Amino acid sequence: MRFPISLSRVVAGLCFAVAASVALAQEAPDALVKRVAGEVLQIIKTDPKVQAGDQQRIREVVESKLLPYFDFERITALAMGRNWRQASPEQQKQLVDQFRALLVRTYSGALAQYRDQVMDYKPLRADANATDVTVRTEVIRQGQQPVQIDYSMTKSPSGWKVYDVIVGGVSLVTNYRDEFTEQIKSGGIDGLIKTLNAKNQGAPAK
Amino acid sequence: MIRLRLPALLAAALLLSACASTPGRPYDPFEASNRVMYAINDPLDKYIAKPIAQAWVDYVPSFIRTGASNYFNNIDDLFSGINGLLQGKLDKAGDDFGRVMINTGFGFLGLIDIASEAGIPRGNEDFGQTFGYWGIPQGPYLFIPLWGPSTVRDGTGSILRYWYTPTQLIPDVAVRNVIYGIGAIDARAQALGATSLLEQASIDPYTFVRRSYLQRREYLVYDGKPPPEKEEE
Repeated sequence: MRFPISLSRVVAGLCFAVAASVALAQEAPDALVKRVAGEVLQIIKTDPKVQAGDQQRIREVVESKLLPYFDFERITALAMGRNWRQASPEQQKQLVDQFRALLVRTYSGALAQYRDQVMDYKPLRADANATDVTVRTEVIRQGQQPVQIDYSMTKSPSGWKVYDVIVGGVSLVTNYRDEFTEQIKSGGIDGLIKTLNAKNQGAPAK
Repeated sequence: MIRLRLPALLAAALLLSACASTPGRPYDPFEASNRVMYAINDPLDKYIAKPIAQAWVDYVPSFIRTGASNYFNNIDDLFSGINGLLQGKLDKAGDDFGRVMINTGFGFLGLIDIASEAGIPRGNEDFGQTFGYWGIPQGPYLFIPLWGPSTVRDGTGSILRYWYTPTQLIPDVAVRNVIYGIGAIDARAQALGATSLLEQASIDPYTFVRRSYLQRREYLVYDGKPPPEKEEE
């Protein structure tokens, strides 16, 4: 019996999709950073809405292109430090949601300021079996010191995920740990959730 | 000898103030007064420094701005070379001194950055890093209006650096002061994009700036390979 032509195309398409997703899951962490950064920068440079400073569109790009590669639960847990275990599952969920929203806003703002800097990707020095690596990149700006941007990544069943970003030696997680600790000291975990929520409700900064 | 006196006095004042510490975060014993300084800085920056820097970027032709940045970078390179030597990093110091000679000699006292075109990398050593390299602790954190975050160690280094800047050799006081003014505007203009991002990212900008600064300096002292952080509290 012969397959109708359309059905065999669907099957072929499915096989391709499965193969692609398997390949993606096995994509090396440095290759992943390079690909995702390249894709995002390409959109930033060519999308007319992004060029016009359309915050909504920039946020869409961040949500669809960047977010899948970040492990927000791990990021939040690390930023909470030992307070993470004091939080109830419901509080943890809210913290992850609010922190994710804050980081999306921040990232969108940063991307809106992106000009034509050049990214340089350093070769990855890690064991083939490593499950925790740091991918090193550098932003090169004419006549200025290059800025190092490192991504701490961990291997998950669905591929490599970022759990910290270190810009010029300044770790995102470490920075927020101070802020979170301070908030929790004065208002408890619920106080922190409230503060994050209020910050996210506020008008986006210019 | 008069030249020696001011930095010594200021350093002594910084160190003295450092002794009167109060409990709290060990690295920020003056948090209460630092926060006041931070609050004073906010309007000063918003209504004076930032608009001037923005006007500089908007109205001054870019070749003048680039020339100004290059002039100050050239002086930074000189101090980077000196501090490279003080830390025994001869390769880096060689690059820095090479840059200074090329840019000062052929680049009109540093106005043109020929060395970068030639591919000689810029160093970024300073006195604060040298003190850190020598094992001197950073001392209390300080926030200084219109200057920004610092520590007793880095502040002492900055005083040395600005006290002995070659610009001092210019005999005409008025010319000198104009150059210092442009230097301040140039420095603020470099950071124009950073402030809006800070407002967006941080819950408490004071804490955010402090932690960013301390992390950055630690990173620089260890040339990009700081020892793993200790869990606090």
